[in-house]
Amino acid sequence: MSETRNITLRINGRGEEGRFPAHRTLLEALRQLGHMEVKCGCEKGDCGACAVLLDGMAVDSCLTLAWMAAGKEVTTVSGLGDLDAPHPLQEAFADSGAAQCGYCIPGIIIAAQAIIAENPEPSEDDIRLGLSGNLCRCTGYTKIFEAIADAAREMRAEGGEQ
Amino acid sequence: MYAPFELDIPNDLAGALAALANGDGEAVLPLAGGTNLIVDIRAGRERPDRMVGLDGVDELKGMEFGPERIAIGGRTTVSDLLRSPEIAREAPSLVEAARLFGGLMVRNTGTVAGNIASGSPAADLVPPLLTLDAELTLQSAASTRTLALDDYYLGYKQDARRPDELITRISWPRLPRDSVNTFYKLARRKGDAITVTGVAVTLAAAGGTCTTARIALASVAPVVRRVKEAEALLEGRALTPALIDEAAEAAAEACTPIDDIRASADYRRHTVRALTRRLVAGAWDRLA
Ligand SMILES: Cc1cc2nc3c(=O)[nH]c(=O)nc-3n(C[C@H](O)[C@H](O)[C@H](O)COP(=O)(O)OP(=O)(O)OC[C@H]3O[C@@H](n4cnc5c(N)ncnc54)[C@H](O)[C@@H]3O)c2cc1C
Ligand code: FES
Ligand code: FES
Repeated sequence: MSETRNITLRINGRGEEGRFPAHRTLLEALRQLGHMEVKCGCEKGDCGACAVLLDGMAVDSCLTLAWMAAGKEVTTVSGLGDLDAPHPLQEAFADSGAAQCGYCIPGIIIAAQAIIAENPEPSEDDIRLGLSGNLCRCTGYTKIFEAIADAAREMRAEGGEQ
Repeated sequence: MYAPFELDIPNDLAGALAALANGDGEAVLPLAGGTNLIVDIRAGRERPDRMVGLDGVDELKGMEFGPERIAIGGRTTVSDLLRSPEIAREAPSLVEAARLFGGLMVRNTGTVAGNIASGSPAADLVPPLLTLDAELTLQSAASTRTLALDDYYLGYKQDARRPDELITRISWPRLPRDSVNTFYKLARRKGDAITVTGVAVTLAAAGGTCTTARIALASVAPVVRRVKEAEALLEGRALTPALIDEAAEAAAEACTPIDDIRASADYRRHTVRALTRRLVAGAWDRLA
């Protein structure tokens, strides 16, 4: 058996309440709460489709238990920006056509945001190693690397207010 | 979707140790980053009744750089290792292993104690720590003891940790002044790949002779292990290419690799020989 508890998750700046058993992963909880932008790929840490920021740090939400995220700030790709006010990474991915089916992109943008937050001027090698936990089965990655380098440049130009 | 479990989230070490001691015949497991454990539970390889989440246990975080020893808390993550300039200076092999470890998200959550306690023959942080002569602090509600990492593994996925103990600290002596400490991870690609052959080496020299030799191997035996046969050939001698060949051969003979989907046993043995030779020769060159 597994105890069930009401917990409050802070997701993209808003508190959201849910009732979850102890073994519920953050990925399952987020999707249950309607955050379908967080994707479920492998559920074993291999693909990065489920990546979110937890207090600013990129994690695989499929390996994180929902209870452990209570009290922390969860940021999904929708929390970075939307169609009206896109994040420079979202803009760069759209501009360079770095997405095909798009399934991997929410996780890749989260990982990219973490890479740039730690190192505003990442080399291609930094980007490759930073993305080694994200799989894309469509694009071949080249445009993804370009989009991230473009966005990093744009964010430096904007004075890094992101 | 997978077997449910109970979860305690203590906010200090005493609480965590009490929760682990409270077995009542339950299977209780500490949960750190979950990068092994959640995967194992989902695959049905582990079926804990209860887990004790260590996120809130601040006593397991932090690093100390003393005059003689370096110590890090068990919950130090792989990313924490990469962010520390002192670790980069004091444990180059550990940083090399951390650099090529998993992907970004796994590095951010996976911990040093979790890597050690997973008991995987492919645990990347273990060969570096073995060549640094690391020592573990194992703490339970009732007792605290220290154990050399070299004495920790008893067999495939078997270790000396009692179920109520946590690895709270990992410490090692500072490297001698004239020393080289390196690690090489051979895998199918650079990032996020399970190690095919891992070799870590520490060499120290004084007055033209090798004073300390440590060689540890991953993924080529049921447990990560030192090859003392090879170390003994080098210590107290001035190294020559012939002597280094002999040590590399001893390492290749001492390992007991298996065939798996990543590589054959023959290939692994061949790469143990080649990498041991390369790392020892490279280290000796740098010391000369
Ligand atoms: C996609 C992916 C890639 C990976 N890549 C690598 C890699 O490149 N190299 C590598 O070596 N490993 C790799 N791993 C394995 C794993 O990430 C590491 O072994 C990691 O260090 C485990 O740490 P954790 O904190 O997540 O442990 P957990 O999964 O939380 O725990 C692992 C085990 O350790 C026990 N434990 C945890 N903390 C303690 C403690 N303080 N005291 C006692 N016992 C404890 C747990 O009960 C459990 O048995 C990878 C895993 C994934 C999913
Ligand atoms: S779904 Fe989490 S890493 Fe694949
Ligand atoms: S665009 Fe289809 S998986 Fe990446």
